[in-house]
Amino acid sequence: MATPTDRRYLESHEWHKLEGDTVVIGITQHAADELTDITYVQLPKVGTKLAAKGRFGEIESVKTTSDLYTGVAGEVVAVNDALTNNPGLVNSDPFAGGWMVKIKPTNPADVETLLSSADYDKKTGHA
Amino acid sequence: MLKRTPFHDFHVAAGARLVDFAGWEMPIVYKSIVDEHNQTRNSGSLFDVSHMGRLQFTGPDATRFLDLILTRNIQTQKLGQCRYSLVCNEAGGVLDDVIVSKDLKHWAMVCNASNREKLVKHFHAVRHDKSLDFDMADETESTAMVAIQGPKVIDRIAEVLPVDIRGMKRYSFVSEELFMTPFTVYRSGYTGEDGVEVVIPARAATMAVKMLTGSLDKPDATIRAAGLGARDTLRLEAGMPLYGHELGEQGDPISAGLGWAVDLTKDFIGSTALKAIAAAGPKRKLVGLELEGRRIARQGTPIVDDTGKPIGEVTSGTFSPTLQKSIALAYVDAGKSDIGTAVSADLKGTLNPAKVVPSPFYKRT
Repeated sequence: MATPTDRRYLESHEWHKLEGDTVVIGITQHAADELTDITYVQLPKVGTKLAAKGRFGEIESVKTTSDLYTGVAGEVVAVNDALTNNPGLVNSDPFAGGWMVKIKPTNPADVETLLSSADYDKKTGHA
Repeated sequence: MLKRTPFHDFHVAAGARLVDFAGWEMPIVYKSIVDEHNQTRNSGSLFDVSHMGRLQFTGPDATRFLDLILTRNIQTQKLGQCRYSLVCNEAGGVLDDVIVSKDLKHWAMVCNASNREKLVKHFHAVRHDKSLDFDMADETESTAMVAIQGPKVIDRIAEVLPVDIRGMKRYSFVSEELFMTPFTVYRSGYTGEDGVEVVIPARAATMAVKMLTGSLDKPDATIRAAGLGARDTLRLEAGMPLYGHELGEQGDPISAGLGWAVDLTKDFIGSTALKAIAAAGPKRKLVGLELEGRRIARQGTPIVDDTGKPIGEVTSGTFSPTLQKSIALAYVDAGKSDIGTAVSADLKGTLNPAKVVPSPFYKRT
């Protein structure tokens, strides 16, 4: 699957998509494939304040456990509760149904400072 | 340079993710560990286990030698039988866990890939120290080995192999020839399912896979390829110990719950130490744990009692695809090892409630 060009990325594989005045965050297909079957996603509570490059949760697969990071500072306004019972959504639909948190960014322009899809693909060797 | 098994091209063609496994380039997963796990529980899977060590022993002192290095009594082992056994050091620490089989012409041993070189050195040293007269042949790279496991594989294999598979007892084996190709079928495995493990000449590997399984790439095939990732979740559900996790030179087979595989009425390397451990009772025991929630307690996770005192450590943990529960094997203080004991897994500072449960977690019905 091609890496969507309508969003920005971190080297640690999280995508950030600006939707109105919120930023939606999830992880890439590449990361989901590397993790293999995802069994658990720990997400923050609505209202949690996050710092840029801060840790917002944890993701576990049969293989390993990894931290989740946000590229922009802000406050959590929604979390994807569907992942509680169906963490496999991150494997099957990482760029849409497998989203993790929505945050209201302190400075929406910060999203533009993150990696473009082309830069991300270069870093992960998919270009 | 990593060693490749005779199935390497097959793995690549099937889209496997290959990883370094004890110096061998092995498939960890083709598409999904959970799918491959479920395929094994529901129908059948083929695992390439050619990386496992295969040694043969012949000569006048071969039996005496094996009796000296193995924890089980092999004098009572019959022709055509294979047995699980441990190889220990003088302190009773586990050098490896192995399957030993008795054939007309030789004894054969299957050992862990990561321990093969260490064992071969150990065996040479024992032969020299005790002036024993036997030959040891390492057949690992001239042969291939596959494990075919699952409830539907026996019927499938009975259709293609000239062997009375259904009549074979568990832990028995037969050696036969087909189209001038020798092969050995063991009714054994490491998944908690019925099944076989087959050793064939390396050159016959590709042909054998086609014959044994038919078309592996069909989505509805009875037998499909599975990687070592699924093999690990399967063996953990079945409560089977893995070297480097539950077993090692710092541990002993009595504490690991493998007393049934240790014959303390005979003398072998490590028997003095193991008799002492058995007499005093092990200080810690390997137990099964079930965790609340979906989080996984991985190897090294501390286990604490209800007062928060450390009482042990996890050796393997996963989210069980069959039971849909977080399970683990752990060594805990013997006094905290009773079924039902409430404990907690310390997951990076968060205490996750757990309890001691019977292992195996999964038993084939």
